[in-house]
Amino acid sequence: MLNVSLYRYNPETDNAPYMQDFTVDTGDRDLMVLDVLELIKAEYDGSVTYRRSCREGVCGSDGLNMNGKNGLACITPLSESVKGGKLVIRPLPGLPVIRDLVVDMSLFYAQYEKVQPYLQNPTPAPAIERLQSPEERAQLDGLYECILCACCSTSCPSFWWNPDRFVGPAGLLQAYRFLADSRDTATEERLAKLDDPFSVFRCHGIQNCVNVCPKGLNPTKAIGHIRGMLLNRAT
Amino acid sequence: MRTISFDAVIVGGGGAGMRAALQLAQSGYKTAVISKVFPTRSHTVSAQGGITCAIASADPDDDWRWHMYDTVKGSDYIGDQDAIEYMCSVGPEAIFELEHMGLPFSRTEEGRIYQRPFGGQSKSFGEGGQAARTCAAADRTGHALLHTLYQNNIKNETVFFNEWFAVDLVKNQDGAVVGVIAICIETGETVYVKSKATVFATGGAGRIYASTTNAHINTGDGMGMALRAGVPAQDMEMWQFHPTGIYGAGTLVTEGCRGEGGYLINKDGERFMERYAPNAKDLAGRDVVARSMVMEILEGRGCGPNGDHVKLKLDHLGEEVLESRLPGICELSRTFAHVDPVKEPIPVVPTCHYMMGGIPTNIHGQALNVDADGNDAVIPGLYACGEAACVSVHGANRLGGNSLLDLVVFGRASGLFIEKSLREGIELRNASQTDIDAANTRLQALNDREKGESVAPLRHELQEIMQNHFGVFRTGDFMREGIAKLASLRERVDSVVLADTSSAFNTSRIECLELQNLFETAEATAIVAEARDESRGAHARDDFTERDDENWLCHSLYHSGGKRVSKRGVNFTPNTVETFQPKARSY
Repeated sequence: MLNVSLYRYNPETDNAPYMQDFTVDTGDRDLMVLDVLELIKAEYDGSVTYRRSCREGVCGSDGLNMNGKNGLACITPLSESVKGGKLVIRPLPGLPVIRDLVVDMSLFYAQYEKVQPYLQNPTPAPAIERLQSPEERAQLDGLYECILCACCSTSCPSFWWNPDRFVGPAGLLQAYRFLADSRDTATEERLAKLDDPFSVFRCHGIQNCVNVCPKGLNPTKAIGHIRGMLLNRAT
Repeated sequence: MRTISFDAVIVGGGGAGMRAALQLAQSGYKTAVISKVFPTRSHTVSAQGGITCAIASADPDDDWRWHMYDTVKGSDYIGDQDAIEYMCSVGPEAIFELEHMGLPFSRTEEGRIYQRPFGGQSKSFGEGGQAARTCAAADRTGHALLHTLYQNNIKNETVFFNEWFAVDLVKNQDGAVVGVIAICIETGETVYVKSKATVFATGGAGRIYASTTNAHINTGDGMGMALRAGVPAQDMEMWQFHPTGIYGAGTLVTEGCRGEGGYLINKDGERFMERYAPNAKDLAGRDVVARSMVMEILEGRGCGPNGDHVKLKLDHLGEEVLESRLPGICELSRTFAHVDPVKEPIPVVPTCHYMMGGIPTNIHGQALNVDADGNDAVIPGLYACGEAACVSVHGANRLGGNSLLDLVVFGRASGLFIEKSLREGIELRNASQTDIDAANTRLQALNDREKGESVAPLRHELQEIMQNHFGVFRTGDFMREGIAKLASLRERVDSVVLADTSSAFNTSRIECLELQNLFETAEATAIVAEARDESRGAHARDDFTERDDENWLCHSLYHSGGKRVSKRGVNFTPNTVETFQPKARSY
């Protein structure tokens, strides 16, 4: 049996959030945390609310805070998350809670959109693909794989403090994904948009983002590259 | 109930929906996408190996006609040849567009898009050996494609209704589709989304089976809505079981693994596909490979204590190849199979993967019915593309890498056609309050119901029936048993009760509505599977083991009214090439 403590909040009926405890029969299997939530919803309380889709760590729906650490519920096994026989599940920190484990991600998405996360190249496209060498393409590895789960940005104190002005690790990872793309020609415009005290420079290199990224990506490193580009631009 | 009006509304924010939306957003018409999840959470994101298309990168002499030949053969000859011709010939343009949008394809030394071999691919109309035609972004092609499309929709300022759920179609007095009833999941508000063109890009329904590679969200919502509105379903007996789902978890391991040189082994370590498909071996059609695996298991050569799976061997490819070309697979295998493919083979088993059937459409995405004389009749206002549609380019068996091409090409084609139709003027009569109320009946009944069974056990029961009675091998008696079980389940599913009646982000309500869609899809599958008394493509019957071209070289149509099955002709008249005549299908 597993003791699970869930963050509950229904805006229609609850004045304040509370923690609800469940004793879940896992049959001693090393389930994923998402399986435990599915079990609770199916067999214990159908009103428990969370997001989920692919259940294999690629869609980014089920970013949650499990025993204090952000991660994807569907690829986090109990053996890695349960401490002292207990699992405490909370919504991602720092964003408004809509209900139970579901957070309002509007600010997170707004920061993503702010970096113009799409290829910009006004030169007429050739009749076939634009050529790119394997080395140039390799510059995008570790960047394009982001699944927008928000585990990183919601573990970042700078983002908690300035979610409207600091782009945050996820948005900046994508900003660099396009800065690093040999096919993109908007480098100067992109850098100009980021060149203020908040958008990039609020990153203090705490590296929580790196520690929690379920895809093993390194936003801090990408931010370092942008920082370097901005400093070069200034001189 | 509030009404919101658009020129076009697209239900579904996966690859097909977003490609259609992009086309329409660029046209300037007032377009909206209704997606029950944030678009990048759609199941397209899970596609791994790539998108098949004759862009002539790996082979400068490659020809879309060879791709067409492979696809027709792969379909076991019930794919429509005009649609396949369109997909394969327009494909390169659609791929290059994606690249221009920024899709981070892997590259060759020449800087072109990297292509890998996939199952069922050939050169020179099957005479020139294995082709390498699947364009890839490592083994995350679906992710790269879906994010690229979302990004370009942001760029073109497409209107998204994210986390909104479409409940049912609204039809006017003429039977034309004039929008949908939809729920805003966050607030629970129900609105009528009025539209001159309603596009179903709602994806598949793999969750009708207990074991599936599909996301939780693949619940056949478009199929359910269509069947309830009297739209027929085509080829619903044709479900693809992907050879390599991870044993136990069901998560997908791309065919690209075998494309890169991996192969399947039984408990004796034998590469058994050499016996079943001496030429193509592990790269035979998916239906052929899946059946061969089940044969190995049934004949006692399966792996593990229960002998109930086989293994996919990759370690001989070396760590460098695996980490560079198949990094996602390494990750999934370590997480879900607790196996490092660099060192040991991955336990795999055929797993429900793809719905070849769907809403019948023409190549413009217009949904079709048949009139009393058996002629195609366009359903005004309704369109479908992607997995939800049956255009039909996959026939009885889809080739790997063709689903991403299907959704891009026909998402685009639907958008182009709707844009043209809007320019020419679409006149549909307004829905009356009665019409709108009729579309809201199901939701209203669910909200009002106080007694009934809860959703999870009903869903489990449905999935078990489908898994047991309508799997890789099927027999008439056993299917009839399954149909009887479904018949008794229907009433219980119709009266499913809410565990939670609140308005805010009520996922319980959504799951109930999804269950009913799953049920409609499952029932159509069951009834048509029993009716098609032959073996063709993915539909393999123990009691009718041969292909029967005399009676079944045709589509099946399922009509929910009266649960009737009829036949519809396959298109054998492509415009620019000779017909590919049906012949025995071997690999």
